[in-house]
Amino acid sequence: MQKLFSFKNGIILVAVLAFYAVIQFTISQDIMPPFVTLNLMLICVYVIMAVSLNLINGFTGQFSIGHAGFMSVGAFMSAIITAKLAPKIIPYIPLHDPKPVLLLLGLIFGALVAGIAGFLIGLPTLRLRGDYLAIATLGFGEIVRIVFLNSDYLGSAAGLTLPRIATWPWFFFVTVISVALIHNFVRSTHGRACISVRENEIAAEAMGVNTTRYKVLAFSIGAFFAGAAGALYANYMYIIQPSTFGFLKSFDILVMVVLGGMGSITGSVVGAVVMTSISALLADYPQWRLVITAILLVAMMLFRPKGLLGNKEFSLNFLGRKDGRNGDA
Amino acid sequence: MDAMEMLKTEKLSKAFGGLKAVADVDIHLDKGELVGLIGPNGAGKTTIFNLLTSVYEPSEGKIVFQDKSIAGLKPYQVTQRGMARTFQNIRLFADLTVSDNVKIAYHQHASYGVFSALLRLPGYYKGEREFEQNALELLKIFKLDHKRNEIAKNLPYGEQRRLEIARALAAKPKLLLLDEPAAGMNPQETKELMELIGWIRKEFDLTILLIEHDMSLVMGVCERIYVLDYGLVIAAGNPAEIKSNPKVIEAYLGEEVH
Repeated sequence: MQKLFSFKNGIILVAVLAFYAVIQFTISQDIMPPFVTLNLMLICVYVIMAVSLNLINGFTGQFSIGHAGFMSVGAFMSAIITAKLAPKIIPYIPLHDPKPVLLLLGLIFGALVAGIAGFLIGLPTLRLRGDYLAIATLGFGEIVRIVFLNSDYLGSAAGLTLPRIATWPWFFFVTVISVALIHNFVRSTHGRACISVRENEIAAEAMGVNTTRYKVLAFSIGAFFAGAAGALYANYMYIIQPSTFGFLKSFDILVMVVLGGMGSITGSVVGAVVMTSISALLADYPQWRLVITAILLVAMMLFRPKGLLGNKEFSLNFLGRKDGRNGDA
Repeated sequence: MDAMEMLKTEKLSKAFGGLKAVADVDIHLDKGELVGLIGPNGAGKTTIFNLLTSVYEPSEGKIVFQDKSIAGLKPYQVTQRGMARTFQNIRLFADLTVSDNVKIAYHQHASYGVFSALLRLPGYYKGEREFEQNALELLKIFKLDHKRNEIAKNLPYGEQRRLEIARALAAKPKLLLLDEPAAGMNPQETKELMELIGWIRKEFDLTILLIEHDMSLVMGVCERIYVLDYGLVIAAGNPAEIKSNPKVIEAYLGEEVH
């Protein structure tokens, strides 16, 4: 077992901070093209989405395809704070610049509501197995979309406009913290309990693991972080619409997880980076984008059916497994 | 009620549709006993295990474990009360390491919560050290400590069986249910396993209920034996009585031809 203040963790910390500083410098000096900046932010959002979905699908072995639904909940709930209620909240914030506090409140609220939604959805649906659960989660994602679509308060189909208050430090550090927390969870006895559900549910139950509890827990934690990702996304994109978070978005995230490797945190990070980058690189050829993505996936499944990293973590032992994020992001 | 009693079933029955897999089974185990449950294929032995561990709900009858009924409990709750089992067809966590297999069974005794795990509070490090030590000690007993970082499915068959028992013991049971622990082992391995079972019973202060297909094998270690055929207990007693019981001979070898 590793110690907290090890050489390895020191290296990881330095690498993370160095990566952050370089990007922050180029953005603040206006060297970074806006298109690249936008995609860096998107990469952060999708890293959180993919890693949190991997906790549900890869580690706990459940099959959820409604992850964008939780992102949507996080996005709209944070928008209630940062756009709708902002004029009422700001007078209570005794700071010269109330935006960071507002964003923090929005993030926490969005993530919490999404987490609670995950808990409430998880309780009844996680009795289902495999494809039945997949359909139920798909249904959940669609229900969320339809509810927001019909909510006048949240702007119906036109959606909500928000201020752009999320900046690179927010994106970066929320992502790092999310990935670190999920990693910590997975590498604990509670994470092992989740993995035991994936490995053999009957044996897990026979060994005293409350399998229902851990399925719901993984689902709630996954939903919580998806909500945080949605909140970041909403507060950068100026506008959010229910249709943005349809089931195609859920599939995009699922593809990242499968591409990177089910049950590998670094795999999900790589998957999110690769898929978002491909999407960005092909932005000028929209008619080819889906074709090339599809060909890549088919080739991937033929040659590496377990994903880029399988269930292994990228680790040089002394460099640490979190390095994949810095190397590729 | 007798304080020495570990487990008792009263008129335990389980029907699958019209088929009565187990009918009116009354068995009891005193504390510290090693009892065998034998019978031909399809006699209902594993069904009894599944009833005892709440995998199946009894159609009729009740199960009293440590003076309390287990009716309505989930399988994990039965395990947490102190009953652990192994499986006839090995059910290890195949893609995990040997040591993780054991650690998962220790999970119910975890000393730190989800919050400590997420934030890696000191409790996490302390708890994980305990897990590591306990797992290692247990694996040493089963001579698997040198393989603790191997993936469970890569172990040879006999070692997988031993790992299943080690994992069941990690749940810290009072009553251990072993479902054909020697299945597929050669005679030498079987003999060693039987000695090991006798030893862990004393060392861990266990009561053991053992299913075995092979009759000669149980005769050596069990103090009492129940014989099951077509879901009914057809004989009960010590090995000598069982061996000479005509009903048992009939169930195993068929009726004598006159």
